[in-house]
Amino acid sequence: MIPAPFTYTRAASVDEALELAVQGGEDAKFLAGGHSLLPLMKLRLAVPETLIDIGRIGELSYIAEQDGHIVIGALTSHDAVARSGLLGSELPLLAHAAGQVGDPQVRHRGTIGGSLAHADPAADLPAVILALGATLVTRGASGSREIPAGDFFLDLFETALRPGELLTEIRIPKPHVTGWSYQKFTKRGIDWAIVGVAVQGGSVTLVNMGSTPLRAGAVERAVAAGSELRDAAAHAAEGTSPPDDLNGGRAYREHLARVLVARGLEEARSRS
Amino acid sequence: MKVTLTANGSEVAAEVEDRTLLVHFLRDAAGLTATNVGCDTSSCGACTVLLDGRSVKSCTVLAAQADGGEITTVEGLAAPDGEMHPVQTAFRAEHALQCGFCTPGMVMAVVSLLAENPDPTEDDVRTALEGNLCRCTGYHNIVRAVLAAASGRRPS
Repeated sequence: MIPAPFTYTRAASVDEALELAVQGGEDAKFLAGGHSLLPLMKLRLAVPETLIDIGRIGELSYIAEQDGHIVIGALTSHDAVARSGLLGSELPLLAHAAGQVGDPQVRHRGTIGGSLAHADPAADLPAVILALGATLVTRGASGSREIPAGDFFLDLFETALRPGELLTEIRIPKPHVTGWSYQKFTKRGIDWAIVGVAVQGGSVTLVNMGSTPLRAGAVERAVAAGSELRDAAAHAAEGTSPPDDLNGGRAYREHLARVLVARGLEEARSRS
Repeated sequence: MKVTLTANGSEVAAEVEDRTLLVHFLRDAAGLTATNVGCDTSSCGACTVLLDGRSVKSCTVLAAQADGGEITTVEGLAAPDGEMHPVQTAFRAEHALQCGFCTPGMVMAVVSLLAENPDPTEDDVRTALEGNLCRCTGYHNIVRAVLAAASGRRPS
């Protein structure tokens, strides 16, 4: 299986990438690690006419501390996120979840920005950055924008990014409450989550329970009101619309969400 | 487009279609046919090679993305005098292959694992190889071989 024909271009800088995107028009796509895009291109589910390879833009690969926040360049690999000592101590939820993405080969190539911009509702990191209250920094022809994670994911594979706009940085406030957990339910190690749950303090988000990562608002309110964790977890499926597919039906996913939220809340409490 | 890369220490240059995958470049342009195409969907790991020292699935990397890079395939592991790499030796000693189809990718994934974690536990090995499938289900011997290769490197 090989992709349909396209024209390959390579950008050495963000400015060059934005320029190439203007030239490429609507049928151009940015290519980072390619581990979400290339499989879709082989299946003809994505048929871009032009690929703009941004994988070598070194200025977008970094993990640093800045004004009480952690900032991560969009082209930082999952492997670098998973192994970062700074993230291991300041944002262990993110470091752990990045280590759960795919397998080692995928983590060597895949990037945090690529995963977020791709916006697969079954991916690990969108729900994690939503739980962490991250802000996504973008650059486009008309300048720079900062988009809260809660406004970034619009629908299945659809984000607030405009055509030709590039996600450049993920900015995450250092959490005040330290307890965290990431629960990922799969049949095999390398699979996407059938259901996943991210917990950071009182923030609880869901993977693959709708067309975007979802905040488990009813659970959060119950925890904040002092409910027993098991009782709070019983609200996990409220307001969700999980997919019904070969990996599991709707009711099964709703059950999984309740079980995994309970485990996640308990693990997070044990770590706080 | 023209792609030029180093494969097992030798420079290979070829004019290829922009959409050419690295695995096809290696097999067809470089003549390195040990690397297999298995599932073609980045699941099975049969096409694993090292790109600049780290394991990648070469069916999910464009040759263009590897332009200028350094590739190692299983053909490039043995010493110039033919002496096998410790991982290859361990795979043979522990009978870590049956049909052999997954072996080139499996060996390269193991080389990458041991470069990152020279002293893995059995659990580390099983987790690190989750992206490499053996349809003969010969995992026990594969894990044994990895642990043997790792222990062979420790000072006794």
